[in-house]
Amino acid sequence: MKAHDFTLAGVQLKALNTGALWWPEKHLLCVSDLHLGKSERIARRGGTVLPPYETRDTLTRLAADLALTAAQTVVCLGDSFDDPQAARALRAEESLLITRLQHGRHWIWVEGNHDPGPIDQGGNHQSEIQIAQLSFRHIATAGASGEVSGHFHPKVSVAIGGGRVTRPAFLYDRDRLILPAYGTYTGGLNSTSNVFRQLMQPDACAVMTGRTAIAIPMPRTAR
Amino acid sequence: MCQVPQLFQDWFATRGWAIHPHQQQMLARADAASLLLIAPTGGGKTLAGFLPTLIDLAQAPHDGMHTLYISPLKALASDIQRNLITPIHEMSLPVTIDARTGDTAQSRRRRQRADPPHIFLTTPESLALLISYEDGAHMFKGLKRVVIDEIHALADSKRGDQLMLALARLQTFCPDLKRVGLSATVEDPATIAQYMARHPDGCDILLADPGPAPDIAMLATDTPPPWSGGGAAYAIAAVMEQVKQHKTTLIFHNTRAQAEIFFHNLWLANDDGLPIGIHHGSLDPAQRRAVEAAMVRGDLRAIVCTGSLDLGIDWGDVDLVIQIGAPKNVKRLVQRIGRANHRYNAPSKALLVPANRFEVVECVAALDAVRAGELDGDPRGPGPRDVLCQHILITACAGPFDAGALYAEMTTAGPYCTLGRAEFDACLDFCATGGYALKAYDRWQRLLQRSDGRWQLRDPRSSQRIRMNIGTIQDSDTLKVRMRRSRGGKPLGEIEEAFAATLTPGDTFLIGGQIVKYEGLRDMTVEVSRDGRKKPKIATFTGTKFATSTQLSARVLDLFTGSDWPDLPAHTAEWLHLQRSFSALPQPGRLLIESFPHEGREQTVIYGFAGRNGMQTLGLLLTKRMEDLGLHPLGFVATDYALLIWGLDQVQNAPALFDLAALHKGLDTWLAGNAVMKRSFRASATIAGLIERNSPQSRKSGRQTTFSSDILYDTLQKYDPDHLMLQITREEALRGLVDFGRIEEMMTRIGGRIDHRHLPHVSPLAAPLFLEMGRVPVKGAAEERLLAEEAGRLMELSGLAQIHPAPAP
Repeated sequence: MKAHDFTLAGVQLKALNTGALWWPEKHLLCVSDLHLGKSERIARRGGTVLPPYETRDTLTRLAADLALTAAQTVVCLGDSFDDPQAARALRAEESLLITRLQHGRHWIWVEGNHDPGPIDQGGNHQSEIQIAQLSFRHIATAGASGEVSGHFHPKVSVAIGGGRVTRPAFLYDRDRLILPAYGTYTGGLNSTSNVFRQLMQPDACAVMTGRTAIAIPMPRTAR
Repeated sequence: MCQVPQLFQDWFATRGWAIHPHQQQMLARADAASLLLIAPTGGGKTLAGFLPTLIDLAQAPHDGMHTLYISPLKALASDIQRNLITPIHEMSLPVTIDARTGDTAQSRRRRQRADPPHIFLTTPESLALLISYEDGAHMFKGLKRVVIDEIHALADSKRGDQLMLALARLQTFCPDLKRVGLSATVEDPATIAQYMARHPDGCDILLADPGPAPDIAMLATDTPPPWSGGGAAYAIAAVMEQVKQHKTTLIFHNTRAQAEIFFHNLWLANDDGLPIGIHHGSLDPAQRRAVEAAMVRGDLRAIVCTGSLDLGIDWGDVDLVIQIGAPKNVKRLVQRIGRANHRYNAPSKALLVPANRFEVVECVAALDAVRAGELDGDPRGPGPRDVLCQHILITACAGPFDAGALYAEMTTAGPYCTLGRAEFDACLDFCATGGYALKAYDRWQRLLQRSDGRWQLRDPRSSQRIRMNIGTIQDSDTLKVRMRRSRGGKPLGEIEEAFAATLTPGDTFLIGGQIVKYEGLRDMTVEVSRDGRKKPKIATFTGTKFATSTQLSARVLDLFTGSDWPDLPAHTAEWLHLQRSFSALPQPGRLLIESFPHEGREQTVIYGFAGRNGMQTLGLLLTKRMEDLGLHPLGFVATDYALLIWGLDQVQNAPALFDLAALHKGLDTWLAGNAVMKRSFRASATIAGLIERNSPQSRKSGRQTTFSSDILYDTLQKYDPDHLMLQITREEALRGLVDFGRIEEMMTRIGGRIDHRHLPHVSPLAAPLFLEMGRVPVKGAAEERLLAEEAGRLMELSGLAQIHPAPAP
């Protein structure tokens, strides 16, 4: 398991290099912003017809993380589906794959702005959920503490050797953690954005995903 | 229509002009279905193109549009409009004329569609947009002639391919439409004729008198050029002297960055304060227009410029053209030279300034080629299918279409005359359903087949999105630069996003000839302030990097076969003699490889002469092969001629590296993941309509909803490796940035004849390579290691390492 270890509200957590969060004590795996069915939604709305493989790809990666961690509880932190209709339009084999992943696990769908309301995909549906010291919700709230959220798709850039590497990243400080987007068809919002500068403490840390999980001080200024 | 009417003869007489022979011939052959005029710059091409139109309209009233004029440049369209209005007014001709480009106001566009002018001037992109409207047939009703200006420039690009498809459409609206192409001097007029004619009809070619031979030479300087680099700073004083001796000098550069640096240095040496301007494609349009206007007025003594001035706007009285840096391509050099003495039958005067020692050789080879009248060019092959996909979508915007009829129409376009029905069907399937192995879009197809068999857009609203994305020009991601002011300062131009990313506040760079200081980024605009003190960091506009043509490379190799070089300056001839006695000179039909230790590394130089893009790709492929063979390559640098690779172990068996099958495999497998391939994919996917540059809602950049095209590329590679877009990307890899075609050409040329020399130290010919910019480290594990090191440093520096102790992995 390639991960960066840290604590939030006294809880030991691991930010995996894959973009998933692992809470060993609770055997809980948390992923955010899967955006399943994104290509279907774009086509439906008269946009382009993108390669329709992102749902399969996202679920395949999630299956690998579940196998690696042997998670017993799964929290999908909102925007799991690109919209409610996309959730209903999943192909049979994709639905089946979700069902198989849910088998024997406690599965919680936290709702997001893209997928408000219940989803007919098994599991438990919540607007937000408190587990021990941590609260899981889709969008970070100002002044919260011990909060785990997603929504913003954070990414960070680091200058190395004359070039620049940009990767999706976890952002955390003593009060909150923001997860990167886990879905295949997702972009990111740079940590230098005002949103993060206001939400995150000056000593916030970023954990870049990729081949390994690499922690750096959260870059705050565009350069 | 042979006779020039009295009215026109009188008008010519009052201006003191005589009709050129080729203008007369154009008139005589005005009824040809297709006619291509090849005339040197300044040969009165445009008037030759319009004379039949003006005479026809003067003699018989015409309802609606008579002549459509297409130009690659917006500026050219307005320039022509100005020039045509003079004869129209002075002869009181009953002719209306109007132009439309991307800049034309909405109200005027609507008027043009409702009541088209007799002569309509536009660009390929605006034409593509016009045929996407339901009323396209109405607008072009009665059209008799289409005049394509600077067709040699269009025929080299996807813009030309798109134009030819649009012409096929127009020809369906107006079967009797006559096509006229106007071209500068090119190596193979027949290719352009075939390109522009309605296939399978022929196309007449009219060759104007090429005019007197140009007066062209290499600029003599007191200081010899340096061993490497492209700035030609050594020649500033000599160039300044030439500017003083001439009325107006155009100083051409191959890249925007070089133009900026040269302009800066020229300005520092401009003791007399001569009016000198700069003009290139990254400058703010308002600034460019100001320079153009000053030039037309004759206010400027010199203009430092790039390809943005390559095309034929009439710039007044230029009497000298200076080309800085090797010309790379003889045809373009000849066209640039033609910009001097823009008068018929006057010799053009031009000077070449090599930027480094190797370019001296290339300049001499190019001069030989110009004198011998030998131009160069690589055949382009059939028209690319990404353009075809866009045209299918454009056609769908105009209304339901029949696939068979559209296919038949497309094969009348020169670049697509060999298009097979199966290839067309694959493009149609891509436009309709995405063409994926996984049939996912039954309900949400983009195009639907109706019960009458014709195809139409499923969602009529998508026509707006398609129209917003018409065109084949790929602008790289650029950011606007403006002066920092309280209410938004003066716009200066654009720099590439990748370059902006390397700037830290306080860094300085050159733009529009001034040194500015980077202040910060606001709303995706780079804010700068004036800063005259510091030495600038250089703006790296990548722009277009031209590769030296196959023919010019061959000429350089031929030059090396000589026993002595009386045409070369002594310093360069001595250098070549030294190389010959120490090692060998590269020879035609063979491949020279040198290996030697230097700076504690094993160095290998491959004199492949495959052009910079091809050599770069060869560098990527060979270093990968070397890694597989355990030779531990560390990096490489490529030029138009040679590739230098350094590593830990000596290359013993060089021929083993050059297996074409293995190189091909490398292209298909590991190079497929390379950034260059991803850039080719993005360009093609954007043109084909898979990626939208513009959409009605979204504002580009900075938002988390947009995701990188690299993700689409990787996804297709993984789940649908035979998909049409990947096929097109592989086809693109043979030319352009990847230029694998040149590697194949090299392999054929050398046919296994490899001379591998093991030398005790660096050779004279290889030495300049060690000073070249643009070294590429061999990636892989290296990037991860660098990142980890940088992360450790940052954590340490910030003190966060103490707060968040990094536990053992």
